[in-house]
Amino acid sequence: MKKTKFLIASGILAVVTLVAIAADHIDAPAVQGGTSDITDFYAFQGENSSNIAFVANVQGLLSPGDATSNAAFDENVMIEFNIDTTGDNVEDLVIQAVAKEGKIYVFGPSVPGQTGLNSTVLSNSINQLSVDITPYGQDAIVESSGGIMAFAGPRDDPFFMDFAQYGQIIAGNATGFNDPGSDTFAGTNVMSVVVEVPKSLIGGSGTINTWVETKRKQ
Amino acid sequence: MNFKYIKLFTIAVLVAFSAVNCNDDDDNINMQPMGPDFSGTYTQEDQMGRPAVNTVFVSSGMKDIFNTTIPSQQSASFQSMFQTNLEALSPAYNDPTDANALGLTSAQFTGLLATDVLNVSLDGTTTFFDGTNVLTGRALADDVITVELLLIFGGEDFSENPSLSNDNVDANDKAFLSSFPYLATPW
Repeated sequence: MKKTKFLIASGILAVVTLVAIAADHIDAPAVQGGTSDITDFYAFQGENSSNIAFVANVQGLLSPGDATSNAAFDENVMIEFNIDTTGDNVEDLVIQAVAKEGKIYVFGPSVPGQTGLNSTVLSNSINQLSVDITPYGQDAIVESSGGIMAFAGPRDDPFFMDFAQYGQIIAGNATGFNDPGSDTFAGTNVMSVVVEVPKSLIGGSGTINTWVETKRKQ
Repeated sequence: MNFKYIKLFTIAVLVAFSAVNCNDDDDNINMQPMGPDFSGTYTQEDQMGRPAVNTVFVSSGMKDIFNTTIPSQQSASFQSMFQTNLEALSPAYNDPTDANALGLTSAQFTGLLATDVLNVSLDGTTTFFDGTNVLTGRALADDVITVELLLIFGGEDFSENPSLSNDNVDANDKAFLSSFPYLATPW
């Protein structure tokens, strides 16, 4: 059932067994290679400067072809963007994304019923929309509602790093990076969820603290 | 045959009437969105704020615990581990007054990193570091690994340990899009 296909041929596997990898790819034993493994998180001002875009990537190092076309969002895994607007590193708002029957359902930004490690789906949120998961090889399908935009599907992994050489340095086999380096993540895909929201829905101005979580249905 | 249809019609009317009554009784029931079952409790498995934090600063054996510790408790639980691991990785930090280009000592830098959240400005440029703005977000094109290597190995002015403070991979292998969803199409 393992959906992530490692690039065994290029020798990466030998490196990842020595140290955990990269941005957050395969960062910990309980999640590595599974459907809840976060590979990356981004938050930045959108093309419309009144908006912030949130990006969560999961299931990294998908090879082009079968590995990517067979990859799927796990319907029992919630991807939750957490937003702290008050500076105490406790979430005041969340945006939840859950896959069901070929769509991603997005709820929020909304105040969660409880903070912390356990969540219920905020299916009564005033802010909600769904979007068809874009199939591999097709144009991006985007839905918007109330100023909120959503996308879900396979994309090129936006992360770049000479992870292989970092592994050599940490292992004591090299004293520094090469110049030029070699992007270990070149030519690999991830499963992406992108949600863009008006800044007015997440505090309006100032600085927020934000992080992404994956949570599995019990 | 006709009688059957009349019976069905009567039942349909009665059902419709009852449904209207229910609707009048409790609007909330009918405001529930139709669709999939979203019931149940979801429990945390992974989390991430800034790039590479768990990978670089959390000792093996503790990585799952870090992923299931809420950010407001991470500094209390993990800052000293972060500091030990930073000083092992970059021994210049063993001098408690030694600082990186942000002016942060080992204790201060790991105090910042141990709370693994991404700070995002709602008032303008959003970047991990662009030469001017620091930790105001994370854009797709930000060379976050080189920024982190510089802050770990580069010393006060980014000049120390040049062979360790840049991986010399400065950009993605595909161009990003200027419009939503911004990420490049898959390979």
